[in-house]
Amino acid sequence: MSAVAPGARPAIARGLRLQWEPAQEAHVLLYPEGMVKLNGSAGAILSRCDGVRTLKEIVADLERSFGTTGLSDDVAAFVTLALERRWVELRE
Amino acid sequence: MSVGPPLQTSHAVGPPLWLLLELTYRCPLHCVFCYNPTEFAATGPELATADWLRVLAEARALGAVQLGLSGGEPLVRDDLEPIVAGAHALGYYINLITSGVGMSEQRIRALKGAGLDHIQLSFQDSTRELNDFLSSTRTFELKAQVAELIRSYDYPMVLNVVLHRLNIDHVGEILEMAQRMGAQYVELANTQYYGWAWLNRAQLLPSRAQLQRAEEVTRRFRERVGSKMQVYFVVPDYFETRPKACMNGLGSIFLGIAPDGTALPCHAARMLPGLALPNVREHDVRSIWYDSAAFNQFRGEAWMREPCRSCAERSRDFGGCRCQAYLLTGDAANADPVCELSPHHHLVTEAVAAAERAAAPPGAGAPLVFRDHRISIAVERSACRSGQS
Repeated sequence: MSAVAPGARPAIARGLRLQWEPAQEAHVLLYPEGMVKLNGSAGAILSRCDGVRTLKEIVADLERSFGTTGLSDDVAAFVTLALERRWVELRE
Repeated sequence: MSVGPPLQTSHAVGPPLWLLLELTYRCPLHCVFCYNPTEFAATGPELATADWLRVLAEARALGAVQLGLSGGEPLVRDDLEPIVAGAHALGYYINLITSGVGMSEQRIRALKGAGLDHIQLSFQDSTRELNDFLSSTRTFELKAQVAELIRSYDYPMVLNVVLHRLNIDHVGEILEMAQRMGAQYVELANTQYYGWAWLNRAQLLPSRAQLQRAEEVTRRFRERVGSKMQVYFVVPDYFETRPKACMNGLGSIFLGIAPDGTALPCHAARMLPGLALPNVREHDVRSIWYDSAAFNQFRGEAWMREPCRSCAERSRDFGGCRCQAYLLTGDAANADPVCELSPHHHLVTEAVAAAERAAAPPGAGAPLVFRDHRISIAVERSACRSGQS
């Protein structure tokens, strides 16, 4: 799969739900009869995939929140993986 | 064996992430492979709405998040909608596991409004004849209509078909049917031999050749259709040489509640002798999960015998299935005889060999026993008799 364009607007895929679970101290992604417990960075990225913000805006927000730079390749790679796993879909 | 609640269990044991409420044993279908207990007619009255809502709140407080609503047929309960609404308000992801019988446009609209996340619809076969025969009902067209409703209400479509000797040769047609219906997920779940399926095992176990053909057809279908449809093929464990990691170990993530409020560490645990299963009418979910003897008995590895106790794979498969160990060997603490390291493995290979010999036309040999209230009472009586002898 080719890289996600910076202008793409990723959103949690239809039928899936992302939520914070205090008992697991993690974001989890819920889907039919299954669940993925996300690590900190995956949770931080997916919780910004609202179908409104572009990938570029998500990267900027993450870099601001974590006080760092140079995240765009890592974020794009993760969103590509999330697309392959059908965790997210791209909105127009 | 007496296993008291170990001290500080709650620190080592994780939450019951997967909660299954079997809302009722009532079901309009009479499937020959149903895993419900054959003695279901002898169980107590169903929990009331308020009890289910209390169980949902207590389990959610412990961290339960995936919720299955099944039965029996959960649509038989006319309080399904308020139960779904209560669960949704608590933050559960809610899966309805249904035959589709009892679904209507009005109900699916109400369920969607109440926050139901997903519907898993079962089919018994791709043909009307076999679907209706295996469930002892006329439901094929009705299920097809429900599939259409599920799609039109924008639910991801998950079809579940239980496979066995009588329908496994139809896997190609079943997959075509699923594709026509627009399914995104299909579970081809080979029968697990508990409950009614155990009664009918000699009739339902496929031959190895049937199984290999079905796997090949599934592989080719996956190649052709690609990622548009995800097909899960659950291999029947009788044909394996290592056991399934049943329930990820008892008392690890799964909590089931039977219609009468009995708390179950696995779907079939009612059959295990000497396991005093607690009831949510008498105990709160926290004490059931963390402190009850029943939920601690098969937690961890202390209960294991050889060959499991010293096996390098014990933390991967947890010794397999306790119910299968009990059904086949008479002792739930033995290794699951599906494992070729088990001294009882021959019991599995003999059953498979018998199935090979019996790969005869359907209808030959012993009659199939359809899940039925009247028969359930008869089974219970005969179980009582054999228990006394």
